[in-house]
Amino acid sequence: MKKDDEFMPKILAFLCNWCSYAGADLAGTSRIKYPPSIMAVRVMCSSRVDPILVIEAYLSGFDGVLVAGCHPGDCHYQKGNYYTRRRFVMLKKIAEDLGLESGRFRLSWISASEGQKFAKVSTEFTEKIKDIGENSAKSKIFL
Amino acid sequence: MTKALKINKNTEQGVIELLKYLLENNKVKGVFTLKKINKNGDIAYSIITDPNELKDAVPFYPLMPANAGKLLSRFTLKGSTKKPVIAVIKPCELRSFVELIKREQGSLENLFIISSTCGGVYPVKMSVNGALEKNLSEYWDTLKKGGISSDLRSACKGCEEFIPYNADMTVDLIGKNDVDKQCIIFFNTKKGVELIKDMKGEFLEKELDNKKLDKVREKRHIEKKNLFNELETKMNGMDGLIEIFGKCIGCHGCSKVCPICYCKLCGFESSDFEYKPSNYETDFRKRGGIRVPPRTLFYHLGRLDHISISCVACGSCEDVCPVDIPISVIFKKIGESVQKLFDYIPGKNIEEDIPLITFKEEEFAEVEQ
Repeated sequence: MKKDDEFMPKILAFLCNWCSYAGADLAGTSRIKYPPSIMAVRVMCSSRVDPILVIEAYLSGFDGVLVAGCHPGDCHYQKGNYYTRRRFVMLKKIAEDLGLESGRFRLSWISASEGQKFAKVSTEFTEKIKDIGENSAKSKIFL
Repeated sequence: MTKALKINKNTEQGVIELLKYLLENNKVKGVFTLKKINKNGDIAYSIITDPNELKDAVPFYPLMPANAGKLLSRFTLKGSTKKPVIAVIKPCELRSFVELIKREQGSLENLFIISSTCGGVYPVKMSVNGALEKNLSEYWDTLKKGGISSDLRSACKGCEEFIPYNADMTVDLIGKNDVDKQCIIFFNTKKGVELIKDMKGEFLEKELDNKKLDKVREKRHIEKKNLFNELETKMNGMDGLIEIFGKCIGCHGCSKVCPICYCKLCGFESSDFEYKPSNYETDFRKRGGIRVPPRTLFYHLGRLDHISISCVACGSCEDVCPVDIPISVIFKKIGESVQKLFDYIPGKNIEEDIPLITFKEEEFAEVEQ
């Protein structure tokens, strides 16, 4: 297979304004290499991410969805990420029970100083999605 | 031991007698109950203020024309009533009302609740023009034996939460041999006891027969497992979901009748949810076509995300579905597994927060990767 034909997943990443987005910025300014699969959406807090946004992204064909926020205890709004965590646990459970690939959803804590971690999470997650393969919802007509 | 009132009459008549006493003696101003509304035998929830009207009341008719939790929420949404009202509702209706109160969509103030151990209800479709009358004798016979009537709502057949939480009064129905001869009403709360303190009658100290009810629960548990197993064979991944929800006509009836789906402005009905020509074109290009109306699966999965945490499995959604999607079983199954994560039973404890608006600092650390 030629290199161009290799499957490059599309991953939607919801990054919180105060930590993870700044972390992604740092990865950029520090010129740390990470795969071009990540498409970032900046949200003010990870708890802004209603689980149905993740579902919508999945059904519209994104191969993976990443939600990233501040480490527990470090939330800019004190406790937003604790709510995110509960919602995410619920979302994963629902996906598992419906027989969907819950591995396509990932929650990570990335602080503003962790450019390295952002690159690591992106690389790891992209590799994992490559293993799972393309999202089958992409080509389904009867959604 | 709980204070109980014994009336030597058919249980339904006994409860009506109690209601009549409360109305006549000005203890309450209104009675919220199921009532026959015409000669055909059609049933609807009504608020009765005239004691004579109680002759048409059928408080334990096996039917849920609308989820009373939702109705009571609309009744108390803009403030509680000044005059006390007593409501006879089913355990799951009470649980959904409590969930709505937690969402500030109603109030228990000046409201008394009578509930019962519940034998389940028939689908609304079966009751049109009094067609349900012929099933009633079988229903009561099965109820006496603590069995499960055939033709009940599937959510009811597999319901294990048939003993009411938070009710002021509980009426003993399931597995009671002499349900047509003797009526037992338990007074669980101070409020309830206060209400009948001047009443003359035969009062006892008694408890619900838990052994008997455990047996009923076992039967329901088996029925539930069967329903879930049947669902699991169909619900396997994306293809299974498309198979199940593919026939959805997008009427959104399930969310209209759902007691937990209380938002007045629903995102799925807003103009944001409408597909624009550009959306269609994108789908033509990417998928090679699109189902119309589009995004029905998104609607159902979105609703699962929003309400499964508080789903009381009343079964109203499946009742109104014109294309018979087994929605209530899906919601019951997913709901139970989500609620288990947080050790939460919706409507059980009115003081307890909904799990998604609270948290513990040390929990679920494994979900972060």
